[in-house]
Amino acid sequence: MAQAEIGAEQRASRIPRASAAALLRRGRSLAWIALTLALTLLGLMAVTFVVGRVVPIDPVIAVVGERASQAVYDAARIEMGLDDPVVVQFARYVMDVLRGDLGMSVTTQRPVMEDLARVFPATLEMATLGILIGVTLGVPMGVVAAARQGTLVDQVIRVLGLAGYAIPAFWIGLVGLVVFYASLGWVGGPGRIDFFLDGMVEPVTGLLLVDSLLAGDMESFGSAFSHIVLPATILGFFSLAYISRMTRSFMLEQLGQEYIVTARAKGAPERVVVWRHAFKPIRVQLVTVVGLSYAALLEGSVMIETVFSWPGIGNYLTNALLNADMNAVLGATLLIGVVFIAINKLSDLLYLIIDPRARS
Amino acid sequence: MSALIEVENLRVRFPGDHGPTDVVRGISFSLGRERLGIVGESGSGKSMTGRALMGLVPAPGRAIADRMVFDGIDLARLDERGFRRLRGARLSMVLQDPKFSLNPVIRIGEQIGEALAFHSRASRRERRRRVLDVLAAVRIDDPERVYRLFPHEVSGGMGQRVMIAMMVVLEPDVMIADEPTSALDVSVRAQVLEIMDDLVRRRGMGLVLISHDLEMVARWCDRVLVMYDGRIVEECAAGRLAEATHPYTKGLLASTPHLDDARELLPVLDRGALGASR
Ligand SMILES: Nc1ncnc2c1ncn2[C@@H]1O[C@H](COP(=O)(O)OP(=O)(O)O)[C@@H](O)[C@H]1O
Ligand SMILES: [Mg+2]
Repeated sequence: MAQAEIGAEQRASRIPRASAAALLRRGRSLAWIALTLALTLLGLMAVTFVVGRVVPIDPVIAVVGERASQAVYDAARIEMGLDDPVVVQFARYVMDVLRGDLGMSVTTQRPVMEDLARVFPATLEMATLGILIGVTLGVPMGVVAAARQGTLVDQVIRVLGLAGYAIPAFWIGLVGLVVFYASLGWVGGPGRIDFFLDGMVEPVTGLLLVDSLLAGDMESFGSAFSHIVLPATILGFFSLAYISRMTRSFMLEQLGQEYIVTARAKGAPERVVVWRHAFKPIRVQLVTVVGLSYAALLEGSVMIETVFSWPGIGNYLTNALLNADMNAVLGATLLIGVVFIAINKLSDLLYLIIDPRARS
Repeated sequence: MSALIEVENLRVRFPGDHGPTDVVRGISFSLGRERLGIVGESGSGKSMTGRALMGLVPAPGRAIADRMVFDGIDLARLDERGFRRLRGARLSMVLQDPKFSLNPVIRIGEQIGEALAFHSRASRRERRRRVLDVLAAVRIDDPERVYRLFPHEVSGGMGQRVMIAMMVVLEPDVMIADEPTSALDVSVRAQVLEIMDDLVRRRGMGLVLISHDLEMVARWCDRVLVMYDGRIVEECAAGRLAEATHPYTKGLLASTPHLDDARELLPVLDRGALGASR
């Protein structure tokens, strides 16, 4: 055997045998993910902290009122720690955040943390249903469109994908309400649940569908479901449009690869060529796309939440902005940032699991 | 010797902006249980000829032939289902570069075992055993280990042996090898060719060896077809290439460098003259 070949094969042989080394590498990847996670979070807090300080809203006046005397103002300023060095203030801010203290909201007169614990599950519930719809329909649609490129099926799927871009969310939301709620009465109207059932279910997770099931309250479950189905489907449609378009283009790239020719040369049926040989390699890319799409939904589709009077984070953040409620704005922003980062890191972890090339 | 494959007037046609173009322009040849070389410069239509035999001309291209018979089956009139039954089982094809021709996310053993799954009812265990056997047959020392590897974990030479294993596991009658060593280190080329040659002879397969390397084809084949611009311009026994008559073949031979070469410059093909002669 030639020299070069032997060298190369020995190199290859070390990978699966030396599992200790592989574990170490895996451990290092995980440590790396954890470190970048910590740094990103710190960076995020720095941003919200700085934004909180540069906005032209004086937090002291917000507390003492416009007509307080200079002495009262100064005392309050010191009391609030605003005369301390910036580094100290930032450290205090970080500690507060880590303790779960995001300050009081001036609009709701409640701790921002409590508000978020109430509004975020509403968004989470809708976004999760939306992304489930987007993935279970969008991925197969993209795959089929690519496998039948240029056919009528492909055209129809592409038009749907484009519609997801061209149609404004509020319009489709209003039309949906008029048709399916007002005219047909198939679904519930705005809000999360019929008003006479509101507050009947003990909040455990904050997700109404889950909590009503936990409580065995099928009436509440049915009502919550009939309210969420339309907005979630609309969100699902938008993520479906994006996911199917991306899936299609990833698949087209795969179907042009040499190993597709190899699969066919082995006698692989078309189903296997498409779903195994072309689809398996794109799962990694799809994780990123789905993650981005989910993150976007979790930021709270403001339009949809507004149209459906959905008490989610998009609605909350908009209200806070309109009322110059700084603690609420920064708290909600921080939460959205954390969600975004978490989803990102989660897709990094999934990479490690599903891509053999990333593993070694 | 009875022919395994007989081809008459094969064309491979692509639609174009100015009407269809033929990239293979009416070639006829036959293949027995022998090693047939196809040589020619890049773009001369060698790969498309091989693909046509497998029913794998890429769309929107099309293979058209008066006759293209394999063991009594007319490939020129065979539908996709018919081809699927032959591919991998009776006709197979080794591609150029294992870096691209092996699926990056499927374990090597599974990729080879697939061919068995498509064409036989062998149980999972039976498939595994046969895959390990064929890995050993392409002289992989540690089949159990290689079975579990992913393609990026093996060298080019080993990758190409895996590819060959995948294409012989069902003992096909014909194997088409399209530039099987062009992407490999020079140091492993001979070894890969030898393994392939050994399998082809021992299993009595017909081999179509496609290459742009005239010397390689002369060494590893019994018979050689020389293609130029979509046509076969020369057909002769591998040992008699020196007696070739076509100016293109002579030009190719003359432009092959030798160790004891005293020439400063290699001669350049006179394409004007070639155009006139065809
Ligand atoms: N998809 C395609 N569309 C149009 N022309 C093609 C396509 N694929 C290959 N060809 C043309 O067919 C000719 C023959 O290609 P090929 O058989 O691959 O040559 P070779 O293998 O001898 O280098 C080339 O001129 C190439 O440009
Ligand atoms: Mg070629």
